Amino acid sequence: MTGIDENPLLTVEELTKWYGRRLGCRDVSFDLYEGEVMAVVGESGSGKSTLLQLLSGQMEPSGGRIFYRLRDGSTADVWQMSEPMRRFLFRTDWGYVHQDAQLGLRMGISAGGNVGERLMAVGWRNYAAIRESALDWLNRVEIDEARIDDTPRSYSGGMRQRLQIARNLVTAPRLIFMDEPTGGLDVSVQARLLDLLRRLVADLNIAAIVVTHDLAVARLLSNRIMVMKAGEVIETGLTDQVLDDPCEPYTQLLVSSILPA
Amino acid sequence: MRLLDVCNVAKTFTMHLQGGMQLPILRGLGFSVAPGECVVLTGPSGAGKSSILKLIFGNYRCDEGRILVRDGEADVDVATAPPRQILSLRRRRLGYVTQFLRAVPRVAALDIVADALTDTPRERARGLAAVMLARFNVPERLWSLPPATFSGGEQQRINLARGFLPETPVLLLDEPTASLDAANRDAVIGLVRERKRQGAAIVAIVHDEAVRAAIADTSIDVTRFATAA
Amino acid sequence: MTAPVYNFAYLDEQTKRMIRRAILKAIAIPGYQVPFASREMPMPYGWGTGGVQVTASILGPDDVLKVIDQGSDDTTNAVSIRKFFSKTASVRTTTATNEATVIQTRHRIPETPLTEHQVLVYQVPIPEPLRFLEPRETETRRMHALSEYGLMHVKLYEDIARHGHIATTYAYPVKVAERYVMDPSPIPKFDNPKLSDCPALQLFGAGREKRIYAIPPYTKVVSLDFEDHPFEPYRHDAQCELCGATDSYLDEVITDDAGNRMFVCSDTDYCDKRRAAMDGGQQATATMGHGP
Repeated sequence: MTGIDENPLLTVEELTKWYGRRLGCRDVSFDLYEGEVMAVVGESGSGKSTLLQLLSGQMEPSGGRIFYRLRDGSTADVWQMSEPMRRFLFRTDWGYVHQDAQLGLRMGISAGGNVGERLMAVGWRNYAAIRESALDWLNRVEIDEARIDDTPRSYSGGMRQRLQIARNLVTAPRLIFMDEPTGGLDVSVQARLLDLLRRLVADLNIAAIVVTHDLAVARLLSNRIMVMKAGEVIETGLTDQVLDDPCEPYTQLLVSSILPA
Repeated sequence: MRLLDVCNVAKTFTMHLQGGMQLPILRGLGFSVAPGECVVLTGPSGAGKSSILKLIFGNYRCDEGRILVRDGEADVDVATAPPRQILSLRRRRLGYVTQFLRAVPRVAALDIVADALTDTPRERARGLAAVMLARFNVPERLWSLPPATFSGGEQQRINLARGFLPETPVLLLDEPTASLDAANRDAVIGLVRERKRQGAAIVAIVHDEAVRAAIADTSIDVTRFATAA
Repeated sequence: MTAPVYNFAYLDEQTKRMIRRAILKAIAIPGYQVPFASREMPMPYGWGTGGVQVTASILGPDDVLKVIDQGSDDTTNAVSIRKFFSKTASVRTTTATNEATVIQTRHRIPETPLTEHQVLVYQVPIPEPLRFLEPRETETRRMHALSEYGLMHVKLYEDIARHGHIATTYAYPVKVAERYVMDPSPIPKFDNPKLSDCPALQLFGAGREKRIYAIPPYTKVVSLDFEDHPFEPYRHDAQCELCGATDSYLDEVITDDAGNRMFVCSDTDYCDKRRAAMDGGQQATATMGHGP
């Protein structure tokens, strides 16, 4: 089969999380390849946020395994590797965009410092180079260069979110996790952010897992989709497939619940 | 050697929100398309013609049967292939001009068309897109505008440009000449003939008798595959 | 009224043992902050209790103690602490750096080079160099454990972005033995080079924060910087008006109500020794507050 001979970037096997006797999510399995964007949709309590926390190495699963293909081609079990290794991956190969930008930024540090931090963490020691890289990224996320020395406290919500994205992308990660990246933003701001995300993900060939409750966001950003409810995976497939030809009752309910504009 | 082989495909919609009511669309659907051949699907509105194209493209999932698309030395069964494979097929082997333009909002018409060339560098893709838009007589002043405000005919031409640009071996056309004037209808016919000469396999839904006569090699009346209500 | 009887150097032997264990651990892991059970001392937190506890634990009857505060032997704090040890340990005290075996200091390193027979004890207010960037102790501990020091450079980056140069002039962070990043206590960055390859043992005590850390003798200590903004020790534009020294850290002294000022060595012992050497020939012409 032409073009499909690479190994998956991320392999998830029966991932499960119990909070005591309460189910977070159960038996989630999938493969994700480089450049693929997968949306995880569901309503509150579906387990989608739990799943994201597990996948990004921030919360240990109760069962199941996550395998990640490192840059040298070898595959590592994310929860068998050492904590320093996992934290290093989190800072370099992976990105995580929080719904609330304040969680993903250092509010008291300038924008340039925020973007440059990851570079300094991997050993960049030339101030001019760091600053130039920060300027480049501010441009790419459409933040005025003149704001590089301002702290995010003076930024609008949309700008903060774009800064968070820049901060994550500066180390050229191969996999980005996004938790409701447009949640809480004004509609026009959302639109601009989505366009930016779409372009950046496509241009940089980044794989992404996007948790969202908004099916329109899923349709715009993702080519694959996973529908969750009460901790279980209800349906999974190509985004246009699942949204245009929903098979499961819950998926049909979800799709039919969107209000037309 | 067929480029597209549809075997015994069945599709029924189950409407869980309406108490599980079943809506059968097709049963026993089968036909094949050879390189350079154009198959036109005919039948009354609602017979399932668009659904067939959607099934081939992988937009709808089928309940039974196989949909084989030739890819190099092997066939890929769209009905059972993993998402990654279908995405790969769509990029390189399967083109689709839908009935209505469904474009990503706020993106310029030129880029919407250029984005269809996924493996080509951006500048070159935009150059090729410009040529295609010119072929469909889309005025240059519209190229930098998002198509949401275009007329039906203008949107249709963007859609066509996007579908025809990648030169895929298999091409699915859903009412390609609806909303078009004579000049643009001729442009479509010209492009279809060009593709056929290049060895593409085409499946089209066409209402216009004249256009049908100009491009069809085979006609299939889909009511043959309709299921008893 | 009978005079109170103190255990040698005030602390009980068990406490000294505990602190010595912490000190040994600190020496074994240069720059690493070792927690210790800081005792309530007869002076409040913020007055050098960390330094006092370290000194108390290492002092022996034959030791000679010097105490300085901002380089001077005769400020209130230096005098108090010196008296404290003189009373509770009956050790010999001195103001001469070269005669001391234990030197307790607040915010300065003596100008006179130290020897292998000496121990320098620093008083430390906030031991954690990352504290103001990352308030969570759980995070900073992880960062030290995993050598994740990107954030430290972010602070320096911010300085350059804001002021055009690294504006930190005291408590300038250093990397010890190529492993731990450490706050050298609020010594002026002028003193940073003296931390490295020092023949004396350097001990750091933070009483309120309950941490002890150490730099063993002859350890490599590097001040953090950027390639294109390298660390530069501060250079005064003046010389000491009392002894003429150009290589010591200077204090600025206001001499009268008219705003006249003069620069004198911060290290009083160093300055006195130099003046004594000059006096060996002729009278020094100190100009205290007179003349242009």
